[in-house]
Amino acid sequence: MYDIPRFISLGEACLVVEFSDAIEMAANVRLRGLSRVMSGEKISGLLECVPTYRSLAIHYDPIKLPRRALVEIVRSKLAESGAEAESFGRIVVLPVAYGGRHGPDMSRVSAHSGLDEEEIVRRHTARDYYCHMLGFTPGFGYLGGMDDSLATPRLENPRAMILAGSVGIAGFQTGAYSVDGPGGWNLIGRTPLLLFNPLDEKNPTLIEAGDWVRFTRISDVEYGAIRRGVEAEYEPERLDPCGR
Amino acid sequence: MAFVVEKPGLFTIVQDLGRWGGLSRGVSLSGPMDRFSLLMGNVMLGNDPNDAALEMAFLGPDVVFLDERCLVLVGAEFDARIDGELFGAWTVRRIAPGGRLSIGGTRRGCRAYLCISGGIDVPLVMGSRSTHVRAKLGGYSGRAILAGDVVELGAPRPLWRAAEGFVCPEALRLSRSPDEPIDAMDGPQVDAFTEKGIKTFYGSAYVVTDRSDRMGCRLDGSALEHMGGPDGANIISEAVVHGAVQVPGDGKPIVLMSDCQTVGGYSKIAVVSSWSVAALAQRAPGSEVRFRRVTTEDAVWRLKKFEMDLWSVAELRATHRSRPSLPAF
Repeated sequence: MYDIPRFISLGEACLVVEFSDAIEMAANVRLRGLSRVMSGEKISGLLECVPTYRSLAIHYDPIKLPRRALVEIVRSKLAESGAEAESFGRIVVLPVAYGGRHGPDMSRVSAHSGLDEEEIVRRHTARDYYCHMLGFTPGFGYLGGMDDSLATPRLENPRAMILAGSVGIAGFQTGAYSVDGPGGWNLIGRTPLLLFNPLDEKNPTLIEAGDWVRFTRISDVEYGAIRRGVEAEYEPERLDPCGR
Repeated sequence: MAFVVEKPGLFTIVQDLGRWGGLSRGVSLSGPMDRFSLLMGNVMLGNDPNDAALEMAFLGPDVVFLDERCLVLVGAEFDARIDGELFGAWTVRRIAPGGRLSIGGTRRGCRAYLCISGGIDVPLVMGSRSTHVRAKLGGYSGRAILAGDVVELGAPRPLWRAAEGFVCPEALRLSRSPDEPIDAMDGPQVDAFTEKGIKTFYGSAYVVTDRSDRMGCRLDGSALEHMGGPDGANIISEAVVHGAVQVPGDGKPIVLMSDCQTVGGYSKIAVVSSWSVAALAQRAPGSEVRFRRVTTEDAVWRLKKFEMDLWSVAELRATHRSRPSLPAF
């Protein structure tokens, strides 16, 4: 982590405050602290703060809020929040049905790691994963901390369609697809919960940057029961508008 | 009330100024490709600047209005008619209930905006009416409009009829010359490129490819050299903005546009100014692009100048009915 954060311009309407040149927890915690204090105040011309692995991107309207004034505000906030011990964040529990129809690439991970399915699930659920940031698609969390023994290279031929909720492994990363789309991760299971729900005004994404994600194993039957509950609550309104 | 879509055009979508508040959750900003045209259109009608309009590309739609409205078409020059009569760009016209607006192809530029008094009233999704087609989010059912759609309109502001007949003076119109240089500021990873790479970027001509869309404008031309070879292209994923110029390992720059993702893992040699991103949005595949190195101060100055032009247009619109017509020479 740098002694003093670096200020970098990303065009005339975005200021990046960079805390480190590597992925490290301490830097991420500090930049989220800055994000919280900046977002918690009404600052005219401040549009949005976006926390990422090692920097905070601050989007602003340069006519209402000149860059120099913004830098001053950030400096004073850094001085305030500098020593602040950030909370540990929430633990978000993701129930996952592993293997079978929900995890078509379990055998690939098994062949690559030399572990059987039972052991893969045990190791995958044994740790809490820190969410460094969201991105890629709405609600997709970049999770850190997977057991290295589970690392498996991406599929050589990505799938054209992966369903939202699918849990996968790619290299040393694990994560859950938040919306339907193409992808090349090894799928080992699926969560019945909605990771992205634009109709939920307050919490459109299940996971936020700074959360800890805990995967727990559920059976196929439990998956069905939870899924039906979720669909009863939300799905009627989310029915595909194209009528597919 | 509403309008009914008879022909949808090539890719016609509802856009307001974009979806702020979701970037930290991975939700793209979206919004118009040419925000300055949308702003001008709304101001010409006396609308709220953030009122939603139709963005069309290359081929516009045919629609029938169910109630009386004022309309203006801004941005690229499209052939358009209201009930068979020519409907020129930058001119506010009134359309009667049952009136038909037919928009053809573009003569110059790529994208135009149809602004309507009262704006388009699709439901707000995460605070915005902008369409993000890839995420099936916002706009009209999360997609481009189709024949048979009935698109609801908002209640017009008081005195909306007074805008009828207002013509934006030539000097205040956004006419984008096809050889206008594209202003760019050095990006966060400019140091990841060789001296030669940076010289190439600012000094040579690029061409817009047909793989360009609302996510990114993909350019072809001289490859840009990274320090330490193609591996130098990768960085720890971090925030991106529209205008950011990402350069993957093949050295061909991609300028991110309205529907870009919120984070990216390629080094950014430069960031195109907001003003020039809108100019780029009007370049069809095959067009030439030349970058000009500017400072952030230059880019902010350009935004301020536009803000003043916007005020002038608002002023002229508010008084155009009371001005005496000029004597004929």
